[in-house]
Amino acid sequence: MKKNKTKKLSNKGKNLLASIALVAPYTVIFLAFIIVPIIIAFILSFTYFDAINPPTFAGFANYIYMITGDEEFVKHIIPNTLKFALIVGPGGFAMSFLMAWMLSQIQATPRKYLSLLLYTPSMVGAILVTILWKSLFSGAETGYINAFLLSNDFIEMPIQFLQSPEYLLNIMILVSLWSSMGIGFLAMLAGILNVNPELYEAAAIDGLRNRVQEIFYITIPAMKPQMLFGAVMAIVGAFNMGEIGVLLAGTNPTPQYSGSLIVNHIADYGFLRNEMGYASALSVVLFLIVYAFSRLGFVLFGEKD
Amino acid sequence: MSLRGAQINPKRFDKSQIKFYLILLPIALVMLLPILYIFSQALKPLDELMLFPPRFLVQKPTARNFEMLVRAATGTGIPLTIYVFNSLMVTSITITATMALTVITGYALSKKQFKGRDTLFKINQAALMFVPIAVTIPTFLVVVNLGLLDTFPAHILPLLAVPVSVFLMKQFIDQLPNEIIEAARVDGANDLFIIWKIVVPLTKPALSTVAILTFQATWSNLVTSQFYMNTDLKKTLAFYMTTLTSTVEVSVAGMGMAAAAGLLMFLPNLIIFIIMQNNVMNTMSHSGVK
Repeated sequence: MKKNKTKKLSNKGKNLLASIALVAPYTVIFLAFIIVPIIIAFILSFTYFDAINPPTFAGFANYIYMITGDEEFVKHIIPNTLKFALIVGPGGFAMSFLMAWMLSQIQATPRKYLSLLLYTPSMVGAILVTILWKSLFSGAETGYINAFLLSNDFIEMPIQFLQSPEYLLNIMILVSLWSSMGIGFLAMLAGILNVNPELYEAAAIDGLRNRVQEIFYITIPAMKPQMLFGAVMAIVGAFNMGEIGVLLAGTNPTPQYSGSLIVNHIADYGFLRNEMGYASALSVVLFLIVYAFSRLGFVLFGEKD
Repeated sequence: MSLRGAQINPKRFDKSQIKFYLILLPIALVMLLPILYIFSQALKPLDELMLFPPRFLVQKPTARNFEMLVRAATGTGIPLTIYVFNSLMVTSITITATMALTVITGYALSKKQFKGRDTLFKINQAALMFVPIAVTIPTFLVVVNLGLLDTFPAHILPLLAVPVSVFLMKQFIDQLPNEIIEAARVDGANDLFIIWKIVVPLTKPALSTVAILTFQATWSNLVTSQFYMNTDLKKTLAFYMTTLTSTVEVSVAGMGMAAAAGLLMFLPNLIIFIIMQNNVMNTMSHSGVK
């Protein structure tokens, strides 16, 4: 009996060791390339650091400079980032959901091809996105959009789309929305298709009157977890598109900071001016913004504990 | 009863579906236009590239842009094959390693009972929000301090931190009944045997999804070549294509070449996704965040 018990205990110990061995490789990678960089960014944000001399403690100086000294940050970077993220994040998310919902209302075979078409732009990747839209919006007469406008007499001179402050940010938003139906879109499509059909029948008997009611009372509540996954992916996707302005305009900062987002500002200070401390403070602010946006998703679609 | 026709995933065509096609088809076609344009651009001969007003579709398709691309590559002294080889190596190793890591981690997080498991999963789930480009500098410092700068593993290791793939894999393994795994364990199978013989065959859809996501992230990745590699010989095709096209794209001839380069980088993504689309959709049904 006693022997049996010690054997059980050692089994438990063995199980723990085995579990640790299984999760260890990923955990080490995860720590090294996600957690540690975040911690480093947080620590460096309280220092002056030029990447050559060791960092010196600076207290909140970087954060204070951000609000009081960095005119571009307050005047351009934050408004641009918020406008971009608000339209591309929730906008891309809403578009993904609507497309997924409509796709769920048609038959499987056409749905497969149409969803492929909608998903394809998200696979294009930074290289081709840049080449493609630079070519379409080229400022030369032979740029496709300029040529179209010229030959239809909408304009008399070609527009320097990617160098004009009034166009750049909107073009960035357009391009990002175009490529926003990625993995979150697929998740929501799968989620809608998996909603138990009996729920709809029951609701029809209970007097649900139209499709809009159906979406809000049946579909969305039944697929909250996928909605949340889609929301987080949409937010992260929007911020990961942050470099598009610099890629399209070809310069960092973009013309008159018109297309500069916080991601570009980090690269500007970190790599061009070698002010790593300040760049890290900007990274921390970026994380807080992403977190705030995602929090909104959790409030809307999270399951209450 | 008015909602009778309102069926999710209908089996047959009904005229109530027409309105959805009327919205979906034009949108899908508009989404496709830029891609058609770049295809046609890559196949245009020089006179068509210079044409004003430009034609959307190519009239006399030619492979000249692709030839120019290869010729420009050979002109730099380093043969294009080196970059192709580097990219193939990096991509295939990263995909294999990611699949192994995610299935092992997913299995442990889903089927093993141990202290800290739920915390670990929660932290990984929170990391879905992680935006890698926000911490390019600290990650660079990590790479330097691990002695990885200008070494091959620097192309791979940072890309193995994949919260989304681990998350998807764990959610998928959750669907496997515990009984199969318990039965194997009673028969004396250890964890690695269970993973290899039971979990891997049953999670093929999730594994292919992970493979696709990893391919997309690795094949066109610029960061590792740009920041972690000093030697040109160690850089990847994606990086090389960008440097090549960004120096020439001002010229009209360069436009065609850039389109060809971008297309070459993009097509593998598209083809692999088309082959595996069903697997991806299967995986995505288990993607919910709770």
